[in-house]
Amino acid sequence: MRLTPSKLEPAHATYTAEVPAGDPWIREVRKGQYLRIVDLHGNQAVDTLFYNAHDYADRYSAQDTIRTQANLYLTTGTRLISSGGNVLATIVADTCGRHDTLGGACATESNMVRYALAKGHMHACRNSFLKAIIEWDQQRPGRILEKRDIPSNINFFMNVPVTPEGKLTFEDGISEPGKYVEIRAEMDVLVLISNCPQLNNPCNAYNPTPIQVLIWEAAGE
Amino acid sequence: MSQDTLWEEVVQPGATWSHVLKRGTALRIVDTEGGANAGAIFFNFECPTERYNMPDTLKAQHIARLGKGSALYSDMGRVLCSVIEDSVGWHDPIGGASDAKSVLKKYGEARYQEHRNGFHRNSRDSFLIELGKWGLGPRDLTPNVNFFSRVDVSADGAMSFHAENSRAGAFVELRAEMNVLTILNTCQHPLDPEPGYRPKPVRLVIRRVPPAAPDDVCRLSCQENERGFILTERYFQ
Repeated sequence: MRLTPSKLEPAHATYTAEVPAGDPWIREVRKGQYLRIVDLHGNQAVDTLFYNAHDYADRYSAQDTIRTQANLYLTTGTRLISSGGNVLATIVADTCGRHDTLGGACATESNMVRYALAKGHMHACRNSFLKAIIEWDQQRPGRILEKRDIPSNINFFMNVPVTPEGKLTFEDGISEPGKYVEIRAEMDVLVLISNCPQLNNPCNAYNPTPIQVLIWEAAGE
Repeated sequence: MSQDTLWEEVVQPGATWSHVLKRGTALRIVDTEGGANAGAIFFNFECPTERYNMPDTLKAQHIARLGKGSALYSDMGRVLCSVIEDSVGWHDPIGGASDAKSVLKKYGEARYQEHRNGFHRNSRDSFLIELGKWGLGPRDLTPNVNFFSRVDVSADGAMSFHAENSRAGAFVELRAEMNVLTILNTCQHPLDPEPGYRPKPVRLVIRRVPPAAPDDVCRLSCQENERGFILTERYFQ
């Protein structure tokens, strides 16, 4: 697996935040800015969506992204393609090496299917996504985001290989403390993250942990 | 035509079809000539924000392919429809849909003005037009299934189209487990290397079927599906 470190210094970032385990994060990232997501403690799935900040109907598309690069896994060089066929962002650095976009986000309903009917009470990414977009809408009347605006997402730091026989497997993470992925916005984008609270499978090593989010200004600014 | 058959019809090459497939019926799709692709998306007709969810379908069953015994899940933990018969063995849930740009690049321009109904159509625009007829739009464009097509994935993740996956007469049959708005088109698979614009037709057969029995192949194909069918049955109780 090819690893590509970034040259950007954390000291020069203009925005830094720690997102606790199980919390969402939502923020606009302007064209040219760099967004880094750091897996502070290792093996933490970070469910992430991108929207065209000026047209939320034009949003991340998992199928268009993997088909355009004819490869299932996301890493340095991957262009994140929207449902309208536009390039939302590009992965420009990656010290983990492989990220998933087939596994989607956990939900209370899918937890009931996957693990047990009694698991429906457990905190899940799609609840976090909904909470974040409800609050985002409350701050900006008229820019409505709803459940139907939550498409299939990226799982940064998650390892979901497909076998030649067409089986989907959830493997132990290949991420470690301090690994990161860095994305350059190719247009103004809205970024929505759920720092995954899943406790039923190894995607978070059964112990969800915080992540760090950093933003740098566009080159030359 | 068996006595349970309600009707049959043909979806012409490159054309689009939609219907609310009722619980208690099944849709058989037949690749009459071989090499067809039937792209499809699915919604709970009563509440269309509940719709086919690719990741939930794949991860519940640990699959990146669909075939007999597979369930197609909504985002709400319910089974929209299930594959009760299949002579192909592999249908693609990850390759997605062609769009205007990719069709133009691959097959060149063919406008209605010169080609009448032989003009080049693409899967994405076809879905959007049909979604519009049901009051839905770009926000409702979900990942689609490509029946009769197969995409292989190598160890390093490379995706490739598997030629000659489906022969003339091949079929797949979906049993509706809910009242499912089904939108289907016969545009070519976006990874099909065939250089010409040559979409194929499919024949549809809609028939009455009994509900999933306790020993149903889709219900029992994994423990996850047993729970998925329970949650689906609760919706109608």
